[in-house]
Amino acid sequence: MDPKELKRVRLVKRIAQEFPNGALVNLGIGLPTMVANYIPSDRTIMLHSENGFIGLGPQAEKGKEDQRLVNAGGQPVTIVPGGCFFDSAMSFAIIRGGHVDYTVLGALEVDEQGNLANYMIPGKMVPGMGGAMDLVVGAKNVIIAMEHVNKNGAPKILKKCSLPLTAVGEVDIIVTDMAFIRVAKHGLVLEEIAEDTTVEEVIKNTEAKLHIPGTLRKF
Amino acid sequence: MKPILTADKAVENIKDGSSLMVGGFMGCGNAFTLIDALINKGSKDLTLMTSDTAFPEVGVGRLICQGRVTKLYATHIGTNPVSGQKMNSKEMDVTLVPQGTFNERMRAKGAGLGGVLTPTGIGTAVEEGKQKLTIEGKDYLLELPLGAEFALLKAEVCDKFGNCFLPMATKNAAVNMAMAADYVIVEADKIVEPGEMDPDKVTIPGVFISAIVKAVLPASNLQLKA
Repeated sequence: MDPKELKRVRLVKRIAQEFPNGALVNLGIGLPTMVANYIPSDRTIMLHSENGFIGLGPQAEKGKEDQRLVNAGGQPVTIVPGGCFFDSAMSFAIIRGGHVDYTVLGALEVDEQGNLANYMIPGKMVPGMGGAMDLVVGAKNVIIAMEHVNKNGAPKILKKCSLPLTAVGEVDIIVTDMAFIRVAKHGLVLEEIAEDTTVEEVIKNTEAKLHIPGTLRKF
Repeated sequence: MKPILTADKAVENIKDGSSLMVGGFMGCGNAFTLIDALINKGSKDLTLMTSDTAFPEVGVGRLICQGRVTKLYATHIGTNPVSGQKMNSKEMDVTLVPQGTFNERMRAKGAGLGGVLTPTGIGTAVEEGKQKLTIEGKDYLLELPLGAEFALLKAEVCDKFGNCFLPMATKNAAVNMAMAADYVIVEADKIVEPGEMDPDKVTIPGVFISAIVKAVLPASNLQLKA
């Protein structure tokens, strides 16, 4: 596996450890989707698909696609035993009403207050928020899965987000290729670092202030 | 009993400048036959309300690409690059709405409510120009009802009273749209006699349906996406 992919796998594996048995989880498109492949086998986790069902399964095999069953990205998928279908009002009642235990999303920027920017870059990328704003406001726990720095090597974990916000103060946990960070009332707490990095490296690549406890675990 | 019409006849009353809701999610559940009839008819200047604009050559995405829409309400346009181009060139006026809010606004319209209070969008660009209320210490945005003159929906089975069965993930926004639009056209793969459908399997009560059309085009988003 190439080193970049290895880092991504380590990140999503770490996130998959967070869900207790029986949790209802919504995974965003891209890196978050990979989390599904690393759920520990001793746990039953149900995935919520905001286009209208619980029990999102793997992609449909070639030749077995059903045009009536797609994920939120429009790709043909499957539903697992125990799943159920519903319409969008129910889907978002489940989301906004606090019935989704964890949502995992990507981010363009996150800041010390747990603010999140992940839905647009004015003048450049304006795809729309889809279900992201509802998910971040409604889910019990919001986990951000992302690369620690952007394509130019600049920090994405900031003192204050500069891009338009998706939601205010809703992020609980940030997991990157370098660090596991919890958003606490007093700021960001660095709880774990990746096994191939150092605390100094993490601090150097983070604009926000990090609180660092006495013992630091590795993942 | 609801009228069973040809697709051309069903969309006859949709004029240039009309507002319409189109069900579907990334093409899944789009009313392909009715959209096709609208395109063939040459409809333009439409106000379109839909979850997303699918893909350029798929279902509702075709209305965008052919320049038939001047005003768009949607939650996500990222999978159809033409939507973004037309938004940036000001050819199309686009309002992006959080998906939960989009559906609740339509439900409010159909359910006789004066609006809904949602925490979604607080502290973001979505709250601009909206009334904010604090209920039991928590802030909410007042989102107003959203209606349209027409809705184009897709069912797998529909009986002659308009009761519709929408399978699997094809339901999405269709139930709310059926409630929110004045004239609701449903295209169905199968049209059955009253009594042939299990009343427990009705996704949309027939009371919301205005006209029924036999679907002639298969849902084809998967083939086109591959």
